[in-house]
Amino acid sequence: MMTETTVAAPLSQGRAFYRTQVFRRQMILLALVVALFFSLCVDLALGPARYSLNEVIAALLTPDSVSQQARVILWEIRMPVALMALVVGASLSVAGAQMQTILSNPLASPFTLGISAGASFGAALGLAFGVAIIPAAIEFVVPLNAFIMAMFTAFLIHALSLRRGVTVETIVLLGIAMVFIFNSLMALIQFFASQEAVSAVVFWTMGSLTKATWPKFWIALGILAAVMPLLARHGWALTAMRLGDAKAESMGVKPRALRLEVLILVSLLAAVAVAFVGTIGFIGLVGPHIARILLGEDQRFFLPGSALCGALILSVGSVISKIIIPGTIIPIGIITSLVGIPFFLFLVLNHKKASW
Amino acid sequence: MVTLQLTRVSARYGRRAILEDITTPRFQGGQVVALLGPNAAGKSTLFRRILGLLKGEGDVTISNTSAERPVAYMPQDTGAKAVLTVYESVLLARMQGRSLKVQPEDLAQVDRALEELNIASLGERDIGDLSGGQRQLVSAAQALVQEPEILMLDEPTSALDLNRQINLLTVLRRLADERQMLILVALHDLGHALRFTDASMVLENGRLIACGPTEEVITPDLLRQVYKVAARIEPCSKGRPQLIVEEAV
Repeated sequence: MMTETTVAAPLSQGRAFYRTQVFRRQMILLALVVALFFSLCVDLALGPARYSLNEVIAALLTPDSVSQQARVILWEIRMPVALMALVVGASLSVAGAQMQTILSNPLASPFTLGISAGASFGAALGLAFGVAIIPAAIEFVVPLNAFIMAMFTAFLIHALSLRRGVTVETIVLLGIAMVFIFNSLMALIQFFASQEAVSAVVFWTMGSLTKATWPKFWIALGILAAVMPLLARHGWALTAMRLGDAKAESMGVKPRALRLEVLILVSLLAAVAVAFVGTIGFIGLVGPHIARILLGEDQRFFLPGSALCGALILSVGSVISKIIIPGTIIPIGIITSLVGIPFFLFLVLNHKKASW
Repeated sequence: MVTLQLTRVSARYGRRAILEDITTPRFQGGQVVALLGPNAAGKSTLFRRILGLLKGEGDVTISNTSAERPVAYMPQDTGAKAVLTVYESVLLARMQGRSLKVQPEDLAQVDRALEELNIASLGERDIGDLSGGQRQLVSAAQALVQEPEILMLDEPTSALDLNRQINLLTVLRRLADERQMLILVALHDLGHALRFTDASMVLENGRLIACGPTEEVITPDLLRQVYKVAARIEPCSKGRPQLIVEEAV
């Protein structure tokens, strides 16, 4: 985040507006952080055993001050799930944000590029037939399969995109072709698999945070923490990409090289997220659009904003998934689409300016 | 003072040669050079070749510069889709290759570029809401804000009304005179070239067919050969050469 020292000269109209805009955006980011913390606390409080917000905050700040049972439930059972929601939401949203940026396409996201579909196929191989693409500990077979297939899809798209004459639009088409191919393969698996296996596959594709554990959380967080600074480093260049390749090039950006690097980084983010929690719909599409409406496309704000919006949507989704039917946690993938999309449409339709 | 010289420069897209064997005298800071020629003569390609975006045979020699990126380029494509204000989009051009932290000096340069081009009042507008002419001026500001020693503009007046065409060219002339910039500008209006530029390069089918002081380059013969028009050049009442086009031939 930047801060600026004021200069004595009278400010131009544009600069005064810019200053106000920067301040407003910093406040919006701060508000998102506060909302995120609040949502996290509510998420922790909800469940079969209910706690008050005071108890949750006490357990967070001074774990020793609450009962042994509360400490175990909050820290060992709910915390990894609640934190996983934040990291996965942020990862998917950032992945979608940068896919939209480098492909200049408002529909680009881990889903439309086939990365999630690839992951689902990998997971289904493991769930239905016990196939491990790489031998691994039993609890990691499914996520590892999903991860490998997601990265395979991403690299396939990269490889095809390097061919001569492949434009940005073609890349999106390639992604959609991948989605259809993997959907067919999934149908094939479900056709041959047993009834129980089919249920497992369907449940996996719904996406659920209950698969989260501390080790999975640390891996996902580690990847996010590694990728974010690498993306931030290209902040100005990525913002310039939205002006089109010709314009970006004229500013000294190398669009092809940047596109390739960023595509690999965000594929990694998306692959890890999807591998651990399954297909969670629309975060990668909606998170960035909400961030864009709130913060514009200057990556200094858009990048952290996308991460925060994605985390917030998934965290709120997690809360809602617990309260719709008391005692039942509805798979989060269902909630994010059902609740996220109307909210998204409300924002888009009520936003006075163009949002793409 | 910065200089630019092309020696036997070529460029090709695939197998198709776009530029062939272009050699120019040494241009230097303070000059405004017009790049003339009909559509598809290779003007934009020459700009991209000078900028290093295209590879090819021959040498583009830029001397006497201390800047890391001495050349700024305003492409024809003014690309205006992103959700950015005019001010942000100009700042963006300034900040490429710099740290994420914006310094007061960067903002001062943005102000200066916008004021220079008389578009300071557009600062808060979204670039998507601008008219074609306004976008073109913003695009020029994006090049100018990089404080280049060599400024290249690809048909910067094509979407401007007459008043703004004259204003922009006057600004370019002043930048060359005051800041000793070398300015290369692709123009279709030969009257503008006669009035505002020192030298002209004329491209046709990727070859340089004339290069020298503008008044010597733009002749009735050249107009007939390259632009396929019959025209006269006569001094106006103030003594400046004026182009009078009679008919297409």
